[in-house]
Amino acid sequence: MRDPARGEAPLVSIRDAHKRFGDVEVLKGVSLEVAKGEAICIIGPSGSGKSTLLRCINALVPLDAGTITVSGIEVTDPKLDKIVLRRRVGMVFQQYNLFPHRTALQNVMMAPVHVLRQDRREVEQRARELLRKVRLEGKEGAYPGELSGGQQQRVAIARSLCMQPEVMLFDEVTAALDPETVKEVLVTIRELAEEGMTCLLVTHEMGFAREVADHVYFTDRGVIVEHAPPAELFSAPRDPRTREFLGRIL
Amino acid sequence: MRPRPLPSGTDLPVLLPAADRLARRAAEERRLALPRVTLDARWGAAILVTVLLSAAAAQAQSAPGQESVLATIWKWTPLVGQGFLLNIAISVVAMTCGTLLGVLLGLAQISLLAPVRAGSWFLTQFFRNAPWLVLLFYCIFMLPYRVTIAGEVIEIPNWLRATLGLTLPVMANVSEIVRGAVQSLAKGQWEAAESLAFSRGQTLRMVILPQCLKRMLPPWMNLYAILIMSTPLASIVGVEEAMTLARGALNAERRGDLLIPVYGLLLLAFFVYCYPIARATRWLERRAQVRI
Repeated sequence: MRDPARGEAPLVSIRDAHKRFGDVEVLKGVSLEVAKGEAICIIGPSGSGKSTLLRCINALVPLDAGTITVSGIEVTDPKLDKIVLRRRVGMVFQQYNLFPHRTALQNVMMAPVHVLRQDRREVEQRARELLRKVRLEGKEGAYPGELSGGQQQRVAIARSLCMQPEVMLFDEVTAALDPETVKEVLVTIRELAEEGMTCLLVTHEMGFAREVADHVYFTDRGVIVEHAPPAELFSAPRDPRTREFLGRIL
Repeated sequence: MRPRPLPSGTDLPVLLPAADRLARRAAEERRLALPRVTLDARWGAAILVTVLLSAAAAQAQSAPGQESVLATIWKWTPLVGQGFLLNIAISVVAMTCGTLLGVLLGLAQISLLAPVRAGSWFLTQFFRNAPWLVLLFYCIFMLPYRVTIAGEVIEIPNWLRATLGLTLPVMANVSEIVRGAVQSLAKGQWEAAESLAFSRGQTLRMVILPQCLKRMLPPWMNLYAILIMSTPLASIVGVEEAMTLARGALNAERRGDLLIPVYGLLLLAFFVYCYPIARATRWLERRAQVRI
C-alpha cells in the first residue's frame, strides 16, 4: 500500500470541480488527488455524480468550473487536445460498449493501429497477450454478440489497456453483469491494480473496494462527504450520511 | 433506485431526459416516415387476372377482321418495354445521385457546427416535404435546355432534367435516413470511441457508419421502390417513358377497349420489378429486427 501524501505530484488531481446539467447541479465542488500507482474507489448512492466525475477526467463531459490535471495535462484548458489526453486515460464502461461489428481482437487493435499509428504486427502481438492476460485466449475471433457479459467486459478492459494508458477509469463495470461473472472481471481489475496501474473505480461492490482500494471516497449529492483508507471508512465512518449509506448497502 | 431502462440504452442519470427525448423523436420519425412498400404476391396475381379478363373481353367485342387483341399488344410491347427501360434508368441515376448527395447532407445534419446543422436541416425538410411533382416541374421548366461549356453547346434532354427533379426528394429522404440511423445508435459507441482517442471523423468512419449500414439498408430500398413507382410522373412533363409511350400506343390504335389491358400490363411490369425489392426489404428488416 502506498501513501498518497509522500510529496510526489499526484497523477490525477481534481480541484473544486463544478458541473450542472440544466437545473441539476451534479458536482458541487469536488476535489481529489490520485498518486501514481494508486487505486481509489468512489462509492455513493446513484445520482451522486460519480459517473460524471469520471467522465470529466477524460473530457467526455466538460467541467463548468474547477480544474483537472492528468499527468501534467490541464484537462480544463480550453485549448486542450483531447486526443493527447485520451491516449493516456483508458476508460471502461458499465455497458462494455464494444464495437459489435468487429471481433474481440479487432476491438483491441483498432485504436492503437488507427490512432497511435503503431505497427500492426506489433499491436497484434500486444493485443493477443492482453487477451491472454484477461483469460480470453481462443476468443480472439469472436464477435461481441457471441461473448457473455463478463467476457465482453474483459475484452473492453484489454481494449483500453492496449492503448498503454497511465490511468484507467472504471465506471460501474460490474453493474450490468450476472453475479457469477462479476468475479472474473473483478479478478482482472485486481491484478491490474496490484501491478501498479493507477485506477479510479466507481463501484457498488463494497467488498471489492475494501480489498483493492488504497483510498475510498464517499460521494453524496455532488460532494465528497468523506474519504479515508478502506479499513477506516468501512469500519469507522465518521459522517452520518456515510453510515446510513453503508448501513443500507452492507 | 435504478433508473428505468430506455431504448436509448443509457444508464447515466443526467442523460436520461435527453435519452427520453431522443426515443420519442425516433418514434415520431417512424410515424412520419415514407409509406412502406409492402407488395403481396396475390396483388400481382390479381393484376394478371385483370389483364387477361379485360383482354378476353376486348377480343370478344372486337369486330370481325380486326387485328386480334393479343397481336396488337404484342406489336407495341417492344416500344413500351423500351420506355420502361428509361424508367429504370431514371430511377437508377436519381437514386445514385440522390444517395451520394443525401449522405453528405445527412452527415451535415449531425455536424458540430450549428450553422451547417441548421442549413442542412432546412434543405432536408424543404425537399422532403415538397410534392415530388412540383420539384419535377421546377427542374423541367427552370433549368436551361442547353448549356454552353467552352464554346460547346450541350443539350440537356428532358429525361435528364426530370431525373434531377427526382434526385432532390431522394436526397432529402436519404439525408433523413442517415441522420436517423446515426442518432439511433447507442451513445455508448460514441463515448467508447472518444475515450479511445478516436477523432470525430474516425469515429464516424470506423465505428458509427459501418453499424448504420445495416439499419439504413431497408429504408433505403423502400425509398427506391417508391422512386421507381414515381417515375411515371415524368410522363406529365413529356418524357418518353413507359407511361407516355403506352398512351401513345392507345391513341394510335383508337381502341378504347384496350385501355384496361395495356395499362394493366404496365402495372404488372412495375409490380414484377418492385416485388423482389419489397420482399428483400422485408426479409432484411426481419433479420435485423429494425423497422423503418
